[in-house]
Amino acid sequence: MDFFTLLIQVLNAVQYGLLLFLVAAGLTLIFGMMGIINLAHGSFYMIGAYLSFGLAPIVAQTIGGGFLVTLVVGLIFAIFLGYLLEWLFYSYLYERDHLQQVLMTYGLILVFEEIRSLLLGDDVHSVAIPAWLSASVQLGDIMTYPIYRLFISGICLLLAAAMLIVLTKTRLGMMIRAGSVNREMTQSLGVNIQFLYRLVFASGVAIAAFAGMIAAPVTSVYPGMGQSILIICFVVVVIGGIGSIRGALIASLLIGFVDTFSKVLLPNVAGVLVYVLMATILLWKPSGLFKAGS
Amino acid sequence: MKKSQLFFLLILASVLVFLPQISSEYVLDWLTKTMIFAIFALSLELLVGQTGLVCFGQSAFFGIGAYTAVLFSAKVDHTYLGYLLPLAIFAAALYALIVGALSLRTKGVYFIMVTLAFAQMAYYVIHDTPLGGGTDGIYLYHKPIIFRDLVLEGSIFIYFFTTICLFLVLGFLGLLSSSRFGRALIGIKINELRMRAMGFETYWYKLVAFVISGAIAGIAGFLFAMKDGFVNPEILSWHLSGAVLMMIILGGLGHLRGAVIGAFTYALLEELFRSEIIFGSFSKNWHLGLGLTLILSVALLPKGLFGIRDQLQKSLPLYLANFKKLPKTKL
Amino acid sequence: MKLLKIGMCLLSIFFTPSVVFAQSNTKLKIGFMLPYSGTFAALGNAIENGFTLYIKENGGKLAGREIVYIKVDDESDPSKATDNVNKLIKRDNVDVIIGTVHSGVAMAMAKVAKDTGTTLIIPNAGADAITGPMCAKNIFRSSFTNGQPGYAMGEVAAKKNHKTAITLTWKYAAGEESVKGFKDSFEKGGGKVIKDLTLPFPNVEFQALLTEIAAAKPDIVYSFFAGAGAVKLVKDYAAAGLNKTIPLYGPGFLTDGLLEALGDSAKGMLTTLHYADGLNTKRDKEFRLSYAKTFLLQPDVYAVQGYDAAQMLAIGLKASQGDVSRKDDFAKAIRSATIDSPRGPFTISKAHNPIQDFYLREVIGKENKSIGIASKSLADAARGCNM
Repeated sequence: MDFFTLLIQVLNAVQYGLLLFLVAAGLTLIFGMMGIINLAHGSFYMIGAYLSFGLAPIVAQTIGGGFLVTLVVGLIFAIFLGYLLEWLFYSYLYERDHLQQVLMTYGLILVFEEIRSLLLGDDVHSVAIPAWLSASVQLGDIMTYPIYRLFISGICLLLAAAMLIVLTKTRLGMMIRAGSVNREMTQSLGVNIQFLYRLVFASGVAIAAFAGMIAAPVTSVYPGMGQSILIICFVVVVIGGIGSIRGALIASLLIGFVDTFSKVLLPNVAGVLVYVLMATILLWKPSGLFKAGS
Repeated sequence: MKKSQLFFLLILASVLVFLPQISSEYVLDWLTKTMIFAIFALSLELLVGQTGLVCFGQSAFFGIGAYTAVLFSAKVDHTYLGYLLPLAIFAAALYALIVGALSLRTKGVYFIMVTLAFAQMAYYVIHDTPLGGGTDGIYLYHKPIIFRDLVLEGSIFIYFFTTICLFLVLGFLGLLSSSRFGRALIGIKINELRMRAMGFETYWYKLVAFVISGAIAGIAGFLFAMKDGFVNPEILSWHLSGAVLMMIILGGLGHLRGAVIGAFTYALLEELFRSEIIFGSFSKNWHLGLGLTLILSVALLPKGLFGIRDQLQKSLPLYLANFKKLPKTKL
Repeated sequence: MKLLKIGMCLLSIFFTPSVVFAQSNTKLKIGFMLPYSGTFAALGNAIENGFTLYIKENGGKLAGREIVYIKVDDESDPSKATDNVNKLIKRDNVDVIIGTVHSGVAMAMAKVAKDTGTTLIIPNAGADAITGPMCAKNIFRSSFTNGQPGYAMGEVAAKKNHKTAITLTWKYAAGEESVKGFKDSFEKGGGKVIKDLTLPFPNVEFQALLTEIAAAKPDIVYSFFAGAGAVKLVKDYAAAGLNKTIPLYGPGFLTDGLLEALGDSAKGMLTTLHYADGLNTKRDKEFRLSYAKTFLLQPDVYAVQGYDAAQMLAIGLKASQGDVSRKDDFAKAIRSATIDSPRGPFTISKAHNPIQDFYLREVIGKENKSIGIASKSLADAARGCNM
């Protein structure tokens, strides 16, 4: 593999890993903080993607904006949706055991998929890359690398940095981290845990939906997209350690690299390799790489 | 055996023997499929209901049983049932041994995820590598011979063969749960620490339960391959693992009868929601009804259909009290 | 006991057929099992359109019998295929089944059709096994075998003196067989396939694989995709700048019916298929006019295949006088007939697969224009069929 090919594959791996991170971060926080196994998290990614497909024409007609405006509108919608879901559904899951959570959120996946099917159909759709991002950078003598993918990586890094700053440098972040380590203690210290939960959940949903929105032009919008990313994200969360954002980042990048390079070097076992990795890490460190709250 | 259990078995037997006389081939196929899922559900019931191990990867053992049956069937001639069925069971049990030995070192949520991961591994091996024949699946060209000229084919024959298997599995699991081993499993579910304190090596008990459960799922998989003569990687997908979990929850955890009732209920619900007569053009979105039923049943009927009598006894007086505007008492 | 009664009532509702009408022996029940959703949805619709067009052109009847259609969406999902086709055959009691697009689904359908003896006409799915070890008296195909277009393309590539190629497709039967067809003729003509790249169906993340192609620098790339997947590939290939130096070859499925969506990215692409635009024969012109008037769309190869499936059914039914159970007469008539298709006349091989010409087409403007014949009267290998 020559230098440029290696570079491109590295860029591919990083882009995939960062996208995974956005979805996994929400999952690990919800998991770590509220103790809820949310199987429906992948559906939020799917909802985001379909949002960017469905909202684009509406936004263009009513407000007259393009890609960025659609992103913002979609984000607002997702935050609202997350808040609503937590209030109506997820708050009832706190007291229940893991099996019940698994089943109820699994039922929620089915409901989401069918609502999507009823509202937006089952067809595969492509979403256009906005014109100002559709150029390509010349790398090497044959290949060009789409600028849009660099944009995705860039935005993900920005969001990751923002998340890390909020979590480590602000008061709110401190409360969130405390809540994910010990819920009762945090509550007894006077923190409004109910509001905190709702906020964390809504943010998790919004970030996952956002990931779906920016990924849509690259992956196409298709019915099974929520499921495929869900399983991988669970692997990320389990490897990284439940409740650890740092763990989620490292694990997603790790998986991004393993997945991308194995598809190229060992295509027959590429699908299995990620799970072998997870099994190996869990047998070495049964609780994942990092502890909650880091 | 309790009176209610005996009663259940008798009713089940008579219904299953009687139905073929009045059913079309389509209904017969449907019943066979549901019985196969009942066996599948029973295998999971052993793990979740009796031992308290929430395994989210049961479909792997089911799929391995089915694929072994197809892969080891000769393409040009008939293979012997006495060779094929034990082979399928062995393959499924072997994988269960490996998965169990490794996953039982983790607990709680991690256990659920690791079992899921192992199921996904099996799925991808079948899906991506030439071993399993790829996404389109593979054919079973010739059904196996039981002895001399008797081949396991034809709707009615497979139906009765499956019925016999179902009762054998029920009998086996019934004996198992009333044995010392079975009681130890229940003890582990209730309080593992206490069992260890009493001197039980819980790891080995759990592992054996895991292997038995895998073997039974392998039987179900074998029967599935026999029925359709066609297997594809989707029978190893986690959706099937989710569906079978749904079945035992619907029926009621902790009871073998619950698994059977759950499997039939799930199958009936699926037919209900897919029925075009009731839902017209929405019948293709039948997963919606299923999802809502699942959510509602977990929320309102945590003990499944089995616990419905207990639930009614508890909530009915309260409901009636509200109705008659008597002072409400908080339960 | 009450529970049992309720249960029996419910059971009876669920098992009644989806279309309840007065039982009548004169109406012919045709079951469509096609993809009406998902990545192949447009193909399924085109097939149905083509089929119903022929029926309409012939007064809405076949061999004097009126037609009733029963439709099932197979979602291109092999895992649901057996259940779906069982419903059509055993619950709805159809006389004939027409379907489908996805080879994996068709394989399940062929198995059940072979076991039950129901007449099955396949208007697309090219799985080799169906006219191979799974062939049967009551199974016919109006389309192609997966290897055929690939074989034709391989001949073209070898004649153009290309020496190395990389193949790229979905990892499923249709993809593998298409690539194998290409490899057979390309390597026979002196070329060499240096690498086979695949990705799982219906995944469309080509980025890593396109990078690899650029690094390996083959003379050409042979690729098989269809429907929305094909659109994404051709567009991504052009966006990566690869089409300027490494020509993309493939069977016509890469471009047929998709030129509107592809725009400029497919300009000048060469493909092989048993149909093309601008054939300029009287039969084709009539067909295209009729199709465009009825459906306000241009027809494509899928519509032609659906149309010809109806033709084959008509020929068989005429010989058996409308009686589907007379399988020998039905089969004999189709085997000895020459189907007057818009693609050009063709005959059926002993394994019930079309023997036909494959055109070399070039994308010029909004058409896949035929620029010659790539392979004349190409039959399929039909390995393993003992009929």
